Amino acid sequence: MARLMQRDRSKSFQDMILTLHDFWSANGCLILQPYDMRMGAGTFHTATTLRALGPEPWNAAFVQPCRRPTDGRYGENPNRLQHYYQYQVILKPSPPDLQDLYLKSLEVIGIDPLKHDIRFVEDDWESPTLGAWGLGWEVWCDGMEVTQFTYFQQMGGFDCKPVAGELTYGLERLAMYIQGVDNVYDLDFDGRGFTYGQVFLENERQMSKWNFEVADTPALFDLFAKAEAECRNALSADVPIAAYEQAIEASHVFNLLQARGVISVQERASYMGRVRDLARSSCEAYAAKMTPEWQAKFPGWTL
Amino acid sequence: MSDFLLELRCEEIPARMQKGARADLEKLFRAQMDSAGVPLGEVSVWSTPRRLALIARGLPDSTQAVSEETKGPRTSAPDQALDGFLRKTGLSKDQLTERDGVWYAVVEKPGRAVRAVLAEAIPAIVRAFPWPKSMRWGAASLSTESPRWVRPLSGIVAILGENLVECQVGEIASGFMTLGHRFHHSGPITIGGADDYQEKLRACHVIVDHAEREGIVREMARAASLAEGLTLIEDEGLVVENAGLTEWPVPLLGRFEEAYLDVPPEVIQLTARVNQKYFVCEDAAGKLANAFVCTANIEAADGGAAIVDGNRKVLAARLSDARFFWEQDRKTPLAEQAKKLERITFHVKLGTVADKVERVAKLARWLVEEGIVKHNSAQPELVEGHAPFGALSEGASTGSARAELADLAEQAARLAKADLVTEMVGEFPELQGLMGGYYARAERLPDSVADAIRDHYKPVGHGDEAPTAPVTVAVSLADKLDTICAFFGIDQKPTGSKDPFALRRAAIGALDLISRNGLRLPLTQAVRGALANRARQDSDTAATHRLDKSAIEVIDFFADRLKVQQREAGVRHDLIDAVFALGGEDDLVRLLARVKALQAFMASEDGANLLAGYKRAANILKKEDWRGHEGEIARTGEEDPLALVDDPDLAPVIAAKMAERHEKALSYIAEPDEKALIEALDAAEPTASQAVEAEDFGAAMAALATLRAPIDRFFDSVTVNDPDAGKRAARLDLLARFRDAVHRVADFSRIEG
Repeated sequence: MARLMQRDRSKSFQDMILTLHDFWSANGCLILQPYDMRMGAGTFHTATTLRALGPEPWNAAFVQPCRRPTDGRYGENPNRLQHYYQYQVILKPSPPDLQDLYLKSLEVIGIDPLKHDIRFVEDDWESPTLGAWGLGWEVWCDGMEVTQFTYFQQMGGFDCKPVAGELTYGLERLAMYIQGVDNVYDLDFDGRGFTYGQVFLENERQMSKWNFEVADTPALFDLFAKAEAECRNALSADVPIAAYEQAIEASHVFNLLQARGVISVQERASYMGRVRDLARSSCEAYAAKMTPEWQAKFPGWTL
Repeated sequence: MSDFLLELRCEEIPARMQKGARADLEKLFRAQMDSAGVPLGEVSVWSTPRRLALIARGLPDSTQAVSEETKGPRTSAPDQALDGFLRKTGLSKDQLTERDGVWYAVVEKPGRAVRAVLAEAIPAIVRAFPWPKSMRWGAASLSTESPRWVRPLSGIVAILGENLVECQVGEIASGFMTLGHRFHHSGPITIGGADDYQEKLRACHVIVDHAEREGIVREMARAASLAEGLTLIEDEGLVVENAGLTEWPVPLLGRFEEAYLDVPPEVIQLTARVNQKYFVCEDAAGKLANAFVCTANIEAADGGAAIVDGNRKVLAARLSDARFFWEQDRKTPLAEQAKKLERITFHVKLGTVADKVERVAKLARWLVEEGIVKHNSAQPELVEGHAPFGALSEGASTGSARAELADLAEQAARLAKADLVTEMVGEFPELQGLMGGYYARAERLPDSVADAIRDHYKPVGHGDEAPTAPVTVAVSLADKLDTICAFFGIDQKPTGSKDPFALRRAAIGALDLISRNGLRLPLTQAVRGALANRARQDSDTAATHRLDKSAIEVIDFFADRLKVQQREAGVRHDLIDAVFALGGEDDLVRLLARVKALQAFMASEDGANLLAGYKRAANILKKEDWRGHEGEIARTGEEDPLALVDDPDLAPVIAAKMAERHEKALSYIAEPDEKALIEALDAAEPTASQAVEAEDFGAAMAALATLRAPIDRFFDSVTVNDPDAGKRAARLDLLARFRDAVHRVADFSRIEG
């Protein structure tokens, strides 16, 4: 029991997440769990992409592990990881006090805006893969980018009606900031001294090696082709959510192939085009399938 | 009379858009007031990241009544015309007035309350606002018809005198309330009007006047550096950007680890400026110091210690990346890096960057071997390193010096693009060239090669001086010529406002290099060489076939650019045409010397009068369809009678024929003024020719000037169209001779005036 008494909530990675969950839960969000697939960014979670489509209100917050195989550094770089966490909040329609809510969330995790310099610096977001774009900012805390703040204008090639506000917190960066550590592996995970490195360092070493050196490339090419085919199969059976999952799968397999360095510059554009085609087709099919239901609830609404 | 205040408050406006937004707000406001007939005096516009504000002083309370008159059909016109006019105006016939047999519709518009005008104008301004990018937001965005703004619009203050101007944009209704600083003030502020706006905001930690914030950033950043014994490296762009990111700017100085100063200063400055928007400083010796100045938006409780420390860590992480690139890149020699250029596509139809490098190397070598680029006396070049023919000494022959320079030029050209594949340039593309220069020096390559790699993109635009070091000049000129010829060779010419490959800028750069260094470049030969080089490299037979056409297009393109460049320098484009039209002149240095002499001459009385005489002579010849000696040249067997005019082999033949013709004794006794003109031509022709030969164009003009008085007198007293056919022919010949003499200096028919 003595160990439990020593827990320092202000210096704890997991308590930061719990605090955010609590905050956004109190502010009307569903607290979801991570999507159980490998993806490059929280935006790919269906709770963000697919739910940004259509007229129905949607407020959700969740942690999403992100995989960026090419960012792996074998655990040797203090800032770069091939696996890290994003905290996503999606609020549709965007509430008028979204900025204030966001700033309050920073305060509850321990950032005093009269001690630290918080700034909204222009940074528009675009994902050709998802046929999506939005306007917003990167939020700076003392010169460090801690959050991407976006008002989605289009998703899957469709105008967002209404517009959703999306917040993406870089959890490790924020925690490093709050805890005052210069190396991600030194982060206190639980407020009792168990470090982020104890949880993830070996994982980073092995996964970096696998991403860059080991992963069987013919198998990856095969997986890509299979995901692509399965996406088409799902699309033709009118189950666009299943199709979208396969698009996410193809996207991640493509990222692995990139890390293995087996895709030439010329091929790269072609693969990206294929992934884009899958993702957009899935979003379009989802929107088309849902439109009658949306229109029934929101008469006069059009896609 | 009342003052009007408008504040449009929204979420953070990108700093780069604020200046344009201020201008647009004033323009739209003036247009609205103008069309409503509200006279405007002084208008001030301010911006912060969260608001655009406008104050218009001394607005009237109402607009003047105006009567608008519309002209209708004549009273005699058919009824249909009148009916149409009544429909259009919505009036009946008895409401029209008649004047001078024409119907007029006169509508009296009463004066309107300016408050009502403003209430309509504000939503119209918001709707019409030309943001570079705008967005929808909130519940209203369920429809795409909802208002658009740069970021969500959150409040409107609109007060005329002390009265609210009631209006609504989407869900936002105007009011007296605004907000102060995001963190230093909570709750709404009530504004009374234009007079207390600025000071009320100031009390709530918002400096609404952007110019005042810019002043604070500038002065406090300077002061912070001085306090540490350093000098701020001024950067007005950063001043404006930081003022656009803050409502209460507080510049703070921090230090970074001295060890990072190993990284080239440009890299540090760039990463500090571009990524972090920090200023940097110099020490007393003018060297970059390990200090940065960031601009906070708050008066921090701890005096800014935490802010400075946070910013220091971010900068350290960036500099650590930069140092990693710097160390990493230097492990690979540029010659090795250059091999990777084979993997980079220059343009789909033009192969890889390695292909381009190959062409540029060849062209740079040629420029030196032909003696076009050489060691200039102004800038004696010390050749260093292991020169293949031994170091140059006083007595070294021109030949070996030239060979040496050619080797250096080729070497520099082969390495000039190698930095494109380095990590550093991948991260900071703006550093291309510069990093190559650093890496070359780190490899102990000759300074002239390192300088050429560094500067070969120059000149890059207005006010950027063209390089003068010979190796640099050779590489830079070769690079630009190759780019232009390569794209023309695949028919990718700039059109109208479209110049995706910046060929116009490349041409201006090449022209600057040529004129600044006095390069005697045979342009046609160089262009044909560059075109052929590319076509051969790609076995592009189509390009080979159209080489003649492409060459002409490139030369014309250069001529056009030259005109643009010289027009900016105050040279008349018709004079450039007059010299270009002579043909065969593609030595731009000589051409410009001739144009300048011509311009001086045309500004003189002699020049203007000679032009008048020339035009008269040319008109007569044209009217009489007098072919003169050109008929004889046509008998040489060429299809184009002028094809051989500039052929050096044929020139003496033609000259001889001309002389023969001129020497033919007249079959009659010349009139005194006719004789005088003949004698003047006899004297002026050789003088002018010799002067042109010697490139003394001032003297050539002076020789022409001697013809002015004789030609004037000739026209005064001699009848060209004499009834005697012999006299007529002789006199027309004389005029043709005069015209040709003038043409040997410039084609006066192209000169305006």
